[in-house]
Amino acid sequence: MRRIVISPVLREILRPIGQIIIFVSGSGAVLSALLLLIAFLLRGSAVDQATFEHNKIGIFAYTLVNLPQVLIDGVTIGFVYAAIALGYTMVYGVLEFINFAHSEIFAIGAFVGVEILIALDNAGKLSGLSIWGAYGMVIIAIIGGMIASGGMAMLMEFVAYRPLRGAPRLVPLISAIGVSFFLQDAIRLTESLTTGQFNRIFPTFGNFSERFTLARLGLAGQVVDVNIQYKSVMVIMAAVLMLVGLNYLVNATRLGKAIRAVAQDRPTASLMGINVNRIISLTFLIGGSLGGAAGVLYALKFTKIDPFIGFFPGLKAFTAAVLGGIGNITGALLGGIVLGMLETFAGSYLSIFTMGAAGAEYKDILAFAILILVLIFRPSGLLGEQVGQKA
Amino acid sequence: MLKKITLQISHGIHKAFLFLTTGKTALICAILYLLLSFLLVYASPRSLIAFLMFLSAILLVYYLKIDNRIKFSFAVIIALILIPIFGVRNIFYLEVIFQISVFSALALGLNIVVGFAGLLDLGYVAFYAVGAYLWAIFGSQQLFMLHSIPGTQPATDKFFLPANMFYLFIIGGVLVAGLTGVLLGLPVLRLRGDYLAIVTLGFGEVIRVLANNLDKPLNLTNGPQGITPIQRPTLPEPILNIIRVVLNPIVGHDVTIGEFYNLFFYLAALVIVIIVIVVARHLDDSKVGRAWTAIREDETAAIAMGIPLVRLKLAAFAAGASFAGVMGVLLSASRTFISPESFSFMQSIGVLSMVILGGLGSIPGVIVGAAVVVVLNLQVLQSFSLYLSQLRQSEAVIPIINFAWKNLSNQLDPAKYQRMLFGLILIIMMIYRPGGLIPAARRKRELKADVIEPIEAESVAEGEVNHGSA
Repeated sequence: MRRIVISPVLREILRPIGQIIIFVSGSGAVLSALLLLIAFLLRGSAVDQATFEHNKIGIFAYTLVNLPQVLIDGVTIGFVYAAIALGYTMVYGVLEFINFAHSEIFAIGAFVGVEILIALDNAGKLSGLSIWGAYGMVIIAIIGGMIASGGMAMLMEFVAYRPLRGAPRLVPLISAIGVSFFLQDAIRLTESLTTGQFNRIFPTFGNFSERFTLARLGLAGQVVDVNIQYKSVMVIMAAVLMLVGLNYLVNATRLGKAIRAVAQDRPTASLMGINVNRIISLTFLIGGSLGGAAGVLYALKFTKIDPFIGFFPGLKAFTAAVLGGIGNITGALLGGIVLGMLETFAGSYLSIFTMGAAGAEYKDILAFAILILVLIFRPSGLLGEQVGQKA
Repeated sequence: MLKKITLQISHGIHKAFLFLTTGKTALICAILYLLLSFLLVYASPRSLIAFLMFLSAILLVYYLKIDNRIKFSFAVIIALILIPIFGVRNIFYLEVIFQISVFSALALGLNIVVGFAGLLDLGYVAFYAVGAYLWAIFGSQQLFMLHSIPGTQPATDKFFLPANMFYLFIIGGVLVAGLTGVLLGLPVLRLRGDYLAIVTLGFGEVIRVLANNLDKPLNLTNGPQGITPIQRPTLPEPILNIIRVVLNPIVGHDVTIGEFYNLFFYLAALVIVIIVIVVARHLDDSKVGRAWTAIREDETAAIAMGIPLVRLKLAAFAAGASFAGVMGVLLSASRTFISPESFSFMQSIGVLSMVILGGLGSIPGVIVGAAVVVVLNLQVLQSFSLYLSQLRQSEAVIPIINFAWKNLSNQLDPAKYQRMLFGLILIIMMIYRPGGLIPAARRKRELKADVIEPIEAESVAEGEVNHGSA
């Protein structure tokens, strides 16, 4: 058998795409199977009857009919979590430190991106755009958000973390919590000083909110349309691009090699002529700009943003990073997708399965439940062999 | 050179401190200062500066080097006579002092977990919520409304329990919150420091989300609307009348029942804080406290020394939680209203910033930290907001940039920016003074080893030189 030889550059680009396909389809299949199993076991119970009264179909059929749409939504939000989780995991890999303020870096990205679009909207540049023009505008907003977030992350590292390097572990963490709180109010102050209120709405333009039919399936005797919004496609595309780009950067460039070296052993890396401070700054820059891009994507998907939006996505992304194995880029991707799916499952099915006793409002704390379970039973995460000793 | 100057300055401060706190003159000065500040607060009940003077006078008395019995009588006079008098004259001061007491107890509890045992707990306010909801559920009519949707009025005006069961629930709050601490602690104690922090944060949020959503299937917490009215213990009318005879002429008006309740809760909080301080001091100086320090400094070494790690960590969680639980019971009774809003993540960080500001592991430091943060929050930021809103109504203009104050956005309201305050406290303290304003005694010894030793070494060296030449 002849081994297929491809260039290492191509390999580093193709491998993450393959991983993404495997992760999405694999975790989608496993989680759906589990969900359907639960629904199957609930047949004939009081839950089944209640569902039948409300929806005219049994619990199993209801679950099956809704599943494709739920999966699509789960994958979309999962990619956003994965993109944020990359920032946590990179910083953790290099400094072994939870950058608690990464959630505000995310929020800053969202605000800068939306402010750019609002400014363009006020200048009349957003009306009458072609579809490709609209995509171009969003890309401009994403780049703006990336620059602002990356710069802020670097500044944050320089001001609040660098003086504390070498201090006991909890000291920089407490400082990071302080930075997080400070930035929340700093965003609120800047936003409210200009217009008197601190919420922002993503301007409506282009065809982002429209849906198109991805597939038409025959499930449980019904014809089910699986729809997807254009903006979800955009979110997924952008997140995949970022993941592939980061993977290439870390695994196939000189800079990536230096980052890996610093992550493995800082003193030795410094002896090998690597400027450790510069690498750490760059790590914050890269992680921060990915977080900022995720922020703009989040704003695109959910439209309304406020200075505190970072908190829950940040914690969930951290959970995703831990779930996949913190310090591990592939792990962050897997963790994000799994967490996104679990969360949408909980949001869509929990109230049906518990007959309304516990509903979608518990999906925010689902992430904590997962975090606790992972930390107790498998602290190195799903793919976390590499950092087994550190964690 | 710079080091020498800072040394000189710190020696200067030390000398001034000694001068202010030792000897008869100092005692007389302190008494005069205390009386002056009291008179100022009494005469101008709205002045922030007078109130700050009064607080600093208390601090000065605390540091006086005098017989402990005299100091104790000072404390009794301040707590039982001076504060009630100006507190009833201006109920706002009593509220500030009540909050200082409540947050001192919370901060002391968190200090046991973070300062003594070195476990960063970011969901500390959960235990406060447990205590508060304990009395809120049993001390209100909520249990009659388990099957009705939130917002319905109860059919009877009867309460589930008599009001004076409150005293029993004070004990109950200690036990239930302590138990919650153990239950929450059990699964997470194997985790390393920073993971533990995030998981405890999660628990704090879980408790808040539960409080928000447990209005169905059984309406236990009344959801986001919160529970009200919650009973307060009854105050005996005859005793109040006797106090009125004394207090009315001094205060200058007829003391109402509401003001008596404020006084009562102030005293109750004070008693609890004193008990908490005593317990915390004894814990710090006990075998348990030393074991906690050992765990904080080096877990592996502590295990090697035969310290039962899990049991002691659970003990730290339980002790810290019980302090918060008892204050929760007191809070729900004093406010007669409880909603999940009061137990947000921000509150946890607020308490953490008090502990960090005062000094991790330092009991007086933590109390000062609580006082400073509460005064900043309730008074300094508020009066700054007030000042800004006055400026906004005036015709004044900022001189150099020629900006009219009235164009200033209404959103610039310092009282609303507590997060920024907490954040700044955490960052600045971590970078410049990780030991806090008043570092713990043990830590002070460590810091002194760096600072004072060079001088001693120098003088020793000089002594040797002299010796040699002689």
